[in-house]
Amino acid sequence: MIDVAIIGGGIVGDATAYMLSQYRLSVSLFERENDIATGATRANSAIIHAGYDPKPGTLMAELNVKGAAMAEQLCRDLDVPYRNIGSMVLALTDEDMRTIEMLYQRGVQNGVPDLQILTAEEVLKQEPHVSRDVKGALYAPSAGIVGPWEYALAMAETAVMNGVVLHLEHEVTGINDLGDHYRISTNKGDYIAKYVINATGTDSATIHQMVAAPSFRIIPCKGEYYLMDKSEGDHVNHVLFQCPTKAGKGILVAPTVGGNLIVGPTATNTYCGKETSTSSEGLAAVRSGAALSVPDIPYRQAIRTFAGVRANTDRDDFIIEEVAPRFIDLAGIKSPGLTAAPAIGIKVTEMLQSMGLPLERDPFAINTRHQKRFRSLPPDEKAALIAENPQYGHIICRCETITEGEIVDALHSPIPARSVDGVKRRTGAGLGRCQGGFCGPRVLEIIARERGVSPLSVCKDTAGSRILVGAIGKEGEA
Amino acid sequence: MSDYQLIVVGGGPAGMAAALQAHEDGLRDILIIERDHDLGGILNQCIHNGFGLHHFKQELTGPEYAGRFISMLKDTSIKVLSNAMVLQITADHQVHTVSAEHGYQVLQGKAIVLAMGCRERTRGAIAIPGDRPAGVFTAGTAQRYLNMEGYMVGKRVLILGSGDIGLIMARRMTLEGAEVLACVELMPYSGGLKRNIVQCLEDFDIPLYLSHTITHIKAENGRVCQATVAQVDESRCPIPGTERIFECDTVLLSVGLIPENEISREAGICMDPRTGGAVVYENMETSLPGIFACGNVVHVHDLVDFVTAESQKAGSAGAAYVKNTAPSDGSTVTVHNGTGVSYTVPQKIRTGRIDKTVSIFFRVVRPCEQCHLTVSCGNEVLATFKRDRVAPGEMERLTLTKDVLEKSDGTITLSVTEVSQ
Repeated sequence: MIDVAIIGGGIVGDATAYMLSQYRLSVSLFERENDIATGATRANSAIIHAGYDPKPGTLMAELNVKGAAMAEQLCRDLDVPYRNIGSMVLALTDEDMRTIEMLYQRGVQNGVPDLQILTAEEVLKQEPHVSRDVKGALYAPSAGIVGPWEYALAMAETAVMNGVVLHLEHEVTGINDLGDHYRISTNKGDYIAKYVINATGTDSATIHQMVAAPSFRIIPCKGEYYLMDKSEGDHVNHVLFQCPTKAGKGILVAPTVGGNLIVGPTATNTYCGKETSTSSEGLAAVRSGAALSVPDIPYRQAIRTFAGVRANTDRDDFIIEEVAPRFIDLAGIKSPGLTAAPAIGIKVTEMLQSMGLPLERDPFAINTRHQKRFRSLPPDEKAALIAENPQYGHIICRCETITEGEIVDALHSPIPARSVDGVKRRTGAGLGRCQGGFCGPRVLEIIARERGVSPLSVCKDTAGSRILVGAIGKEGEA
Repeated sequence: MSDYQLIVVGGGPAGMAAALQAHEDGLRDILIIERDHDLGGILNQCIHNGFGLHHFKQELTGPEYAGRFISMLKDTSIKVLSNAMVLQITADHQVHTVSAEHGYQVLQGKAIVLAMGCRERTRGAIAIPGDRPAGVFTAGTAQRYLNMEGYMVGKRVLILGSGDIGLIMARRMTLEGAEVLACVELMPYSGGLKRNIVQCLEDFDIPLYLSHTITHIKAENGRVCQATVAQVDESRCPIPGTERIFECDTVLLSVGLIPENEISREAGICMDPRTGGAVVYENMETSLPGIFACGNVVHVHDLVDFVTAESQKAGSAGAAYVKNTAPSDGSTVTVHNGTGVSYTVPQKIRTGRIDKTVSIFFRVVRPCEQCHLTVSCGNEVLATFKRDRVAPGEMERLTLTKDVLEKSDGTITLSVTEVSQ
């Protein structure tokens, strides 16, 4: 019997799996798609928020500040790209100045360290591309940027190394309380678990209703983004937020850990979590919104536009509740969910213990991880790595300098990549300015070779997204 | 550290021609660094014909054109380092390269020729809204899948952009049994060669919709299922109400090429935002002495024959630099883009370095018939030339004599004006 079944392989489920994997427990993680981190975790602003936004006393406030404090060490231990660059909330009007005063007070109450209100002059000195209309800013040195899917993968992979069983392409279709345990029905068979964690994002109300009466409603909310080439990554030096107003949180401009520039998001309600299409109206709203704080964003250097869907609910706060015996909802984990995720994982662990799950530390559990990243090594270590395995001397993705060795690693990692985008999330191949135009065919070939499958069956992303439709002049291949 | 007289970065048509010319001019210690396993670059996937009409006075396929240069290399002392990627070049002519076979090497050249070619503009760069499924390819990537790997990428195809690769792929996909529904072009004119419009679209009854664009891509089960096409107004904005939907499983993009200059920029070479390539002198030397550039890494050419000619110039100049036989600079003339001209190559001319004449390559902003090309300095017209027809898709050339340049005060401006009817 499974001790704890976690449904949903996004950052929240992955962080929970990681925290639980430090104990002697039987944990299973169920994910509908062919990879983890394919929902909101892979399409968001990639920010470690400092924690001045949420109202004091809320779960969001508590878990945001805790999560932010954990990020640096956790990212170092698990080898996740993270940079503690700090954030600014820019005040563009006198009313904005009053708002940042309020945010400052809130931040102090929430326990955010070292907050500071900057003058316009101080802002422009550090951020020369900010609008001349700036009146001042709230500076939070504890904010940072992170690789969101790397963060999720690092925690999930380490959890798997510690014995968590990952069930990909398992869609939960029903949950039955059998007294002291649950039967979880999936498209691939039934599983028995004592405790169940619902971490299914925009589907959390559906899963919730398998065991309890409705208590919240999901309001999926789409955010659209632009991503600019690495040549523009130093256009700004901090995460630059606009002041939250009644109209919304505004558009942020920030560098990414990959060295790109990210601009977004919009906020428009949509009908489901999978509806991640961009729109000309949404992208125009990103451009006009961002222009208020950073007027000269070089959209000519755009390399991608994308959208993600927030799992908003009809409640303001995160929903972290035992809604049925031994069943915990982790719902409405919108922003700052990425920041809060590790703290949520710890909170869930504590809740499970108070619900009667005995916790015993696993002395063999690991909490570190090391990734080979060719491009960030100094020349002598590059040489040593190639000497050890010549595949690290064969560069496949020229925009991001990703080697065959790293791609092969990703295909044999604790959670092996199954698709071209799976390789992209693990290695960075295809993330760059040519967007996989050059490396795509080569990555596809390596996937087919390493997985022992026909190139025709290799998918771009989730199941069904086949890249090739047939062979030319090759008999017997289908 | 290994030393070479000349290191050529890139073994496509530009790199091979530059290396061969430098050899012809007397250098013996030449290295070509190529990232692929074979020389030839993008020509290897261009299995259609139409190459070599100017240079060889024959119609060849891409691999045949490349093959001629590859076999010429065999009779020389030019070395080739293949499956090797250049990570960095420096102003003092170090070339940092990495390969499975030789590991991480720092090579020293007396001179360097940059011949890295170009890459395709992507969907992300033009921000086509919609889903992001499988089935959206740049035309060159699709060409690689078909012609190098032997796989079909789709059955019902819509092509955005009428660049030459898109036109070639319209024909290629049709010949392999796909249905090419249309070619959609944002501009009111095609960006490709006239001969390709005729031979690749018209001959196969594939409609070309000018002043149209794709406004949305829709997916089903992870693959393209639909593309919405709309007419655009004069400012290239979609006109509401003109949308029509194409049921397709594939969208090919031929929306422009971008010279690949990341290592050039990092080395500190002065770039021209108009071409996306290095600012070059009359002999293809960049702003860093002893570093030359040629082919599509400097500006995107329409015909490989012109790449060859330009690259021979660079190879020759590289050899002269190494042998220290280049004449003194004389005065430098900067070429400005006037009305109707989108760029020129070279951007700078050292009058002491030219013999009697210099060729200037340029592209125009819009198609024009019966026009005058004017070379002026301030208000003074130094020379005029007539052209029956110019178009942005076709590279233009004019030849200036040394005395015209000597009449200028250090700058000349090239303009195109339509002769009023």
